Amino acid sequence: MLILECPYCGVKAEETELQAGGEAHLKRFGPGSSDDDFHDYLFMRENPKGVHFERWRHVNGCGKWFHAARCTVTLEVFGTYTAQTSTPPQALLDAISEKRPGWTWREFADASTSHNGEEVAD
Amino acid sequence: MKRYSAFAVAREALRYHSGWERAWASPEPKPHYDVIIVGAGGHGLATAYYLGKNFGITNVAVIEKGWLGGGNTGRNTTIIRSNYLQDPSAAIYEKARSLYEDMSQDLNYNVMFSPRGVIMLAQTEHEVRGYKRTAHANMLQGVTTEWINPQRVKELVPIINLEGPRYPVLGGLWQARGGTARHDAVAWGYARACSAMGMDIIQKCEVTGVRTEAGRVVGVDTTKGAIDCDKLGMVVAGNCSDLSQMAGFRLPVESVALQALVSEPIKPCMDVVVMANTVHGYMSQSDKGEMVIGGGTDGFNNYTQRGSFHHIEETVRALNETFPMVSRLKMLRQWGGIVDVTGDRSPIISSTPVKNCFVNCGWGTGGFKAIPGSGWAMAQLMATGHSYLAEEFTMTRFKEGKFIDESVAAGVAH
Repeated sequence: MLILECPYCGVKAEETELQAGGEAHLKRFGPGSSDDDFHDYLFMRENPKGVHFERWRHVNGCGKWFHAARCTVTLEVFGTYTAQTSTPPQALLDAISEKRPGWTWREFADASTSHNGEEVAD
Repeated sequence: MKRYSAFAVAREALRYHSGWERAWASPEPKPHYDVIIVGAGGHGLATAYYLGKNFGITNVAVIEKGWLGGGNTGRNTTIIRSNYLQDPSAAIYEKARSLYEDMSQDLNYNVMFSPRGVIMLAQTEHEVRGYKRTAHANMLQGVTTEWINPQRVKELVPIINLEGPRYPVLGGLWQARGGTARHDAVAWGYARACSAMGMDIIQKCEVTGVRTEAGRVVGVDTTKGAIDCDKLGMVVAGNCSDLSQMAGFRLPVESVALQALVSEPIKPCMDVVVMANTVHGYMSQSDKGEMVIGGGTDGFNNYTQRGSFHHIEETVRALNETFPMVSRLKMLRQWGGIVDVTGDRSPIISSTPVKNCFVNCGWGTGGFKAIPGSGWAMAQLMATGHSYLAEEFTMTRFKEGKFIDESVAAGVAH
């Protein structure tokens, strides 16, 4: 069972207290954007085997949205952070790099191999 | 391949069962095949089988990273039905259901297809309207279903409680020719038939890369070395995102865990399949007497092949109200599979941006019932470049707004 720490109220909450909200840091494409961007925004989601960034809501607690970094293969939780950002905190990225050297996720990647990170963000 | 028959059983009984052959061969990969199918689950093996049977293409390898039928084919609740709302869905699922009817004869392998009937319970007014609509749609599609009242439900399922306080049974959508089959036997039967046609089924061989030249696929790299091919079929369910990225394109799917459980074996008490979609539970009784119970998916991406414990509780709690006797059962086993879910909850059987590379995925929470129809369509698509059954299930349909929207059609559990 997943246990995530809510960054607002500090409660270590398990799954039944939380609601999963899908991929984190989506950039919204609306009217005026290209068909491809709109399609990707609506239907394409990251589905990585490994490091993943997601939105969660502390639905049966403080009710607030927050972000979490998690491994989809082991269910290890790397950390949580507030919703008021479009970039995960550097300390968290470094912590992930230590545990999963060479990881990439969209435009984010292990800093020591970040030149690879450009290729996967299509 | 020696045929299985009553005569064969008698013959072997007289010679200490020394004459049975291995059901399929386990060869090392050859350097080149006309067609490589990645994924030796039901859908992959069915694709290979119909490539051979319908199109005479037998220089085929089916590559599997684990063991044959060890993924979702071995992890489902074995329900077969075709009472979908949208026409393209009804066509392919009904094709599959009809192929299940004579599969045992066709494959010379007993898949124990049991057309015992499937009821989808209506427990809210919305479902009543939804299922009546589905019954009408099915009538137009040539799929035999009927709307039945609560008394008829009670006749078919004596253990049901119609008067639940939260979710009373208001009727049901009844497909008399739906049912169950032995899931492992479906994979084994196809594997045996493929092997008999000279196809290679290569287990414990993981694909590590997809090789392309000038935009067309030329082969795959595997843990058993590089293998060339003219055409490639990706039929790997929850792992399709990973594989498609190796080929350089993305798929509009997310992988989540779906779980199921069985109770201790009990005496026969329910001879139909019952699905209660409002409360996310479905149940049938296996030939061993276990109550086979399917639950819901987790809400987050997951590759662990195990689900969250609280979903078991939710599923069983929901079933307790409709089937009070479930509360007295001990649960025996629980397991999870990784299902690939699309935005409209319909599958993808499609060509891809990479030439000669085809994908069959996105069956989400309901792939087992579709295995023969899916294989039939995929084989036709791979052999001829076009399949009337797969026409609407392209990976570009989302961009065109041509959804096959079963997610809000109330025809599907979750």
